[in-house]
Amino acid sequence: MNVVTPFEGIGASVKRKEDLRFLSGRGQYTDDINRPGQTYAAILRSPHAHARIASIDTVAAAAMPGVVAVFTGADMPDLGGIPCGWQIHNKDGSPMAEPMHPVLAVGKVRFVGDAVAAVIAETRAQAKDAAEAIAVEYEVLPAVATLEAALAPGAAQVHDDVAGNVCYDWHIGDKAINEAGFAKAAKVVEFELVNNRLVPNAMEPRAAIGDYDPTTEDYTLYTTSQNPHVIRLLMGAFVLHLPEHKLRVVAPDVGGGFGSKIFHYAEEAIVTWAAGRVKRPVKWTAERTESFITDAHGRDHVTKARLALDANGKFLALHVQTLANMGAYLSTFATSVPTYLYATLLAGVYATPSVYAEVKAVFTNTVPVDAYRGAGRPEATFLLERLVDVAAAETGMDRVEIRRRNFIPADAFPYQTPVALQYDSGDYQATLNQALEAAGWAGFEARRAEAKARGRLRGIGISTYVEACGIAPSAVVGSLGARAGLYEVGTIRVHPTGSVTVLTGTHSHGQGHETTFAQLVTDRLGVPLAQVDVVHGDTAKIPFGMGTYGSRSLAVGGSAMVKAMDKIVAKAKRIAAHLMEASVEDVEFDRGTFRVAGTDKTKSWAEIALTAYVPHNYPIEELEPGLDETAFYDPKNFTYPGGCHICEVEIEPETGITTVVNFTAVDDVGRVINPMIVEGQVQGGVCQGIGQALLESCVYDSEGQLVSASFMDYQMPRANDLPMVSVATHTTLCTHNPLGVKGCGEVGAIGSPPAVINAVVDALKEYGVRHIEMPATAAKIWGIINASRPAMAAE
Amino acid sequence: MPQVTLTVNGKTSTVDVEGRTLLVELLREKLRLTGTHVGCDTSQCGACVVHVDGESVKACTILALQANGSQVTTIEGLAKPDGTLHPMQEAFREYHALQCGFCTPGMVMSAIDLVEKHPDGMSEKEIREGLEGNLCRCTGYHNIVKAIAAAQEVMHGRAQALAPAAE
Repeated sequence: MNVVTPFEGIGASVKRKEDLRFLSGRGQYTDDINRPGQTYAAILRSPHAHARIASIDTVAAAAMPGVVAVFTGADMPDLGGIPCGWQIHNKDGSPMAEPMHPVLAVGKVRFVGDAVAAVIAETRAQAKDAAEAIAVEYEVLPAVATLEAALAPGAAQVHDDVAGNVCYDWHIGDKAINEAGFAKAAKVVEFELVNNRLVPNAMEPRAAIGDYDPTTEDYTLYTTSQNPHVIRLLMGAFVLHLPEHKLRVVAPDVGGGFGSKIFHYAEEAIVTWAAGRVKRPVKWTAERTESFITDAHGRDHVTKARLALDANGKFLALHVQTLANMGAYLSTFATSVPTYLYATLLAGVYATPSVYAEVKAVFTNTVPVDAYRGAGRPEATFLLERLVDVAAAETGMDRVEIRRRNFIPADAFPYQTPVALQYDSGDYQATLNQALEAAGWAGFEARRAEAKARGRLRGIGISTYVEACGIAPSAVVGSLGARAGLYEVGTIRVHPTGSVTVLTGTHSHGQGHETTFAQLVTDRLGVPLAQVDVVHGDTAKIPFGMGTYGSRSLAVGGSAMVKAMDKIVAKAKRIAAHLMEASVEDVEFDRGTFRVAGTDKTKSWAEIALTAYVPHNYPIEELEPGLDETAFYDPKNFTYPGGCHICEVEIEPETGITTVVNFTAVDDVGRVINPMIVEGQVQGGVCQGIGQALLESCVYDSEGQLVSASFMDYQMPRANDLPMVSVATHTTLCTHNPLGVKGCGEVGAIGSPPAVINAVVDALKEYGVRHIEMPATAAKIWGIINASRPAMAAE
Repeated sequence: MPQVTLTVNGKTSTVDVEGRTLLVELLREKLRLTGTHVGCDTSQCGACVVHVDGESVKACTILALQANGSQVTTIEGLAKPDGTLHPMQEAFREYHALQCGFCTPGMVMSAIDLVEKHPDGMSEKEIREGLEGNLCRCTGYHNIVKAIAAAQEVMHGRAQALAPAAE
């Protein structure tokens, strides 16, 4: 019988395996988990951005109904500080300033939200009530809430041992060559811009449950994490001093991360440590405002740039000076974001011969800042793509032509940039051409005129970008200061009946790995998708792993699976050769069938799997039973997705309201495994980028109070703020991983913000606007239009 | 301690609550129906939407005591006993209208009420406006809007089966 089954392998838009449980309310997010005898933690947080703690009185709180324990920093003298995972060096070679980050504040609080005390109680409400009864006497100190304030002469010191609030003063590129480039310039374009601070706001607030078994002395932490093994490493080795075999970290279903759930947070250490003290499970769940004042924020750069061009509009040299806000303490990957994830991307898609970048990272009395969707690459892309538009305007060149003239040509790969990276593949002309066609670029002026007749200002903007993801080669990042390897681990466990369990060290929190990774197995081994399950998020089940961020899961984690499948197939062929009495060199394998080459002798996948576990007729002297292989994969290079985003907006001049009317993304993400999932990732990323460009603004007042600390005050994009997003791909394969994949998780958020702002500036060109800072809110745009009214009327 | 009696997904329960207990706390912590989520504390995100006597309600914005005597439907109660999904659940799956899944229960419950209140069908713009009480950070809403547009045809009997998503 010939059974026709739908194709479920690489390239098929199969529906997601994980959806049924989420659609039925049967997901298991951290706060959905309840442990027997569980208590609840509430964290008392600093209401001041900067203050000395004169005293903490917990007596009244400890006597409140249901209170089990109250802890302050003084109760934790043996705990280590929360570590930073990446050491950056100053221009002079000295290491960055790395101040202590205590789990609960000791002596001083440094941002609104800094954890001061933890109450453990029988119920959530009792814990909150008791936290309010703790009396803390603060001596309020002057605070520095912005980069400018922190660097001003005589500014308050966030850390007594960090002079001038400077964490590091770093650079990359050759300064002398750069200066020579400027010396030859026919035109120099100077430009300053801000990359606005954002709050990630995954819909699931962070949560953590600590559990302790006094009989085995085993600790378990359930946490909303993108990388449970990394949390085990950071919290176990550096904070709680627990060996790996006594600490299990489970990251169950996680409701979105966008980077904010990479990092090791104080609350994880608090609940784990407290569980050991009170000998009961301890659960903490953030309220949304608590998320706003404790989840690491994103972006927050202030940049000055100069671009040298020759008389033909070719870029000669780029000089960039960036100030990057670190917040009050160094979060896990904070230091790498404005350096190796940002400045190394400042060549962009252009063959600029020289790039020299200087980055100063600065402490302020604000929430720590770390990676947020794209992490450094959106900041680089926004700078470059705004700068190129400004250069086009100031040299009288067409916006598309100036890009074409400076693109790295398709035949120049592998291409060594002047800022360390070597791009392996890409075709920027091709993605540009495809996007121009799809967006109807050529017909835009007619649409502008039609809009004008309706009283609307219409603009179009373009952004061409490359990013670096699939992080990362361990030796390379190690030489740059990373304190971990960035390989990934995959196990392919073939069961006796032939079904497969995949164990991966990456973590899925919306990306659909349970489906995409299963498709890899189906494609290679021929096992139907329904018989492949993917397991992630538990250090007790998965050998090891570095987690999910930097669009690395498929490029690095998927490659580890391919390596493990290579081992599976090699072993299975030896079993098949034995059963078919053939030489192993003569056995071919294709999606579920082993065949002696050139004959009709075959064995099925199920027969080989069963034989591996029931080895009655088996080459037992030379081959172990079982079919279960693990591989570690360390990538050879980053991967380099790129593409072109085109945005079309209409502005209502009476209100300044901007509507995105069309958005076209053409991205090169390498080989596409599941087109439906890739489109969804790009759409979501683009919409986050539109949010950054038009709506989202994280605002501190001058005293360090976060005034945009709820969904009432921080404008998250809603359905009616956003357009349909047209997504297409143009593939060049990654040349150095076995799947040819590059990554799609961040491209949307990287490519889109400058496309939006370029469109807004284009729409406002009759008002002489050179630049508008993000978010380009209605108030800002209305202000620009209104301010120019008398002048225009006078003309 | 006051008591509240209510019927959730066809099952009647009587539960001791504090006066300040929210309906969502009763559902999640007393009845262990954890499909209804809490995503904010200002009634902005809609992750907690359930149906109370047939109307969509943010379960974080109603006291448990206010639901006394009510019929409540949560995401767990949507599918038929044989497991057949509600057309809206099916549409979300078909159109890839969920990623992390956290906003999904509230989004589905809101969408069902929205469709039921618009028997003549909704345009894309009307669907987008109708979703103003629900936040999603993953999808950009593109596929949620498409799923609702497809589901409304089935729910109003204008289509026998869900239109398949384009490949």
